[in-house]
Amino acid sequence: MIVFDQVEKSYQVNGQAVPALRPTSMTIETGEIFGIVGHSGAGKSTLVRLINLLEPPSAGRILIDNENITRYSQAELRAFRRKVGMIFQHFNLLSSKTVADNIAFPMKLAGIYSKQEIQARVEELLQRVSLSDQANKYPSQLSGGQKQRVGIARALACRPTILLCDEATSALDPQTTQSVLRLLADINKELGLTIVLITHEMDVVRRVCDRVAVMDAGEVVEMGKVSDVFLHPEHPTTRDFVFESEHIDHEDMQRDLAHAPGRILRLTFKGESTYTPLLGSVARESGVDFSILSGRIDHIKDTPYGQLTLSLVGGDLNVAMNALKAADVHVEVLR
Amino acid sequence: MDALMEGLLSNVDWTEIGLASWDTLVMVGLSLLFSVLIGLPIGVLLFLFGKRQLLEQPIAYAVLSFVVNVLRSVPFIILLIVMIPFTVMLIGTSLGVAGAIPPLVAGGAPFFARLVETSLREVDRGIIEATQAMGANVRQIVFGALLPEALPGLIAGITVTAITLVSYAAMSGVIGGGGLGDLAIRFGYQRFQTDVMVITVALLVIFVQVLQMVGDRLVLYFSRK
Repeated sequence: MIVFDQVEKSYQVNGQAVPALRPTSMTIETGEIFGIVGHSGAGKSTLVRLINLLEPPSAGRILIDNENITRYSQAELRAFRRKVGMIFQHFNLLSSKTVADNIAFPMKLAGIYSKQEIQARVEELLQRVSLSDQANKYPSQLSGGQKQRVGIARALACRPTILLCDEATSALDPQTTQSVLRLLADINKELGLTIVLITHEMDVVRRVCDRVAVMDAGEVVEMGKVSDVFLHPEHPTTRDFVFESEHIDHEDMQRDLAHAPGRILRLTFKGESTYTPLLGSVARESGVDFSILSGRIDHIKDTPYGQLTLSLVGGDLNVAMNALKAADVHVEVLR
Repeated sequence: MDALMEGLLSNVDWTEIGLASWDTLVMVGLSLLFSVLIGLPIGVLLFLFGKRQLLEQPIAYAVLSFVVNVLRSVPFIILLIVMIPFTVMLIGTSLGVAGAIPPLVAGGAPFFARLVETSLREVDRGIIEATQAMGANVRQIVFGALLPEALPGLIAGITVTAITLVSYAAMSGVIGGGGLGDLAIRFGYQRFQTDVMVITVALLVIFVQVLQMVGDRLVLYFSRK
């Protein structure tokens, strides 16, 4: 469990303190995939670097499994960092070492593993990230996705309990992003590893995260389960991110709605209700006519969800609303 | 043909040339060795003490940087002369091959130190950060990540230093340093034996070319980017 207790960070620029992270308290549970989303400069890089103290906080306490890591001595800190893996946007592999040597590097630095142990672990990890045939290549000979998989294997070498991902998929194409995210989700499930992932793409959060914090100007402005934050965003920044990830142009949508007759509702289905044939029966029972203005069915991590914007004309609107609510559909009246 | 060569190069004593070439090789080789041994740690410290680096130490950096700059700003021909008493103290003579080495190192080491600092700065900061995140201490970061990553740059630096030392070694002929420079000055310049001058210069050119070629090959071999 990672606990931030009134943690803040500011930098000295020309003798003035510039805040990068305003006082923040939050808890990241063991074994979850926690997303931190925000625009560049929102402070998410700082936040993730506070967890392994690459950036020391200016104030506040950071507790990891109930130990205050801000009080660690240099030696304790180095031992602690071995239990926290980290992967990066630009992979940060050593170009002078082969794939196998890169993965072995953190184990060699630790100085507590025998040659046989290191060799066995490297082979195991290479297999885990499907790169066994690339062991003796140099990073420059690999594709971006392969490099990130080496990065992941390297981060896992010392069997960490926490994995920090700093924009790990931002330099990758969509397909490779998908495969890297799948790998991260698998690792999380298999090893029970806590993953803290920062990104500027809401889509990444939607695919793998359990919970998410949205950051804006050095502050966490919204935090909660991904399905809640994603389907019912409250803060303007969060809304921007959600719209962006759904490729919705806010103005276009307003214009479309203006042309539609009657009541406009937004229905949100989650889980099993996504697939039930509900609209037809509701229309029959209440006598309303509906037309679909926009719609989308997708997944949040493993949960299917659907969102429909409808315009309803005629019939008994209350009966329709009640029937929808009874079927566990979230109804929002837009007009 | 032989007669023609004999006539054109009448003053050239090939045994003398051979000995002088060997002396130059020894002077450059030994001074390069010591320049690297002394310059490398100084360069690493310069890098580590620098702004926003691992061991940021503004005062230590300023002092070290000042010493390096002073040694580098003194023209080598002056350094040769200024160093004489110190050289005598250190190895008993300021003459010959041995006498030339201390001033060569005094000129070469700070030069190489700056090149080391520059090539370490070119290592991606992300790599240092990643190594830190693995729990490495400063020593491990330097030896495990920084130096291996900077190796091509360091080899290029050694090549440039070696070539600079070739020209410095030739200059040391002025204070009786020995080698090809000495030969060029004593015979080529003071006795107007142009043929000796031409041969020594040609040998120096070949020497520099070979150094550069070997250096480039090594850089290429160790570049993994």
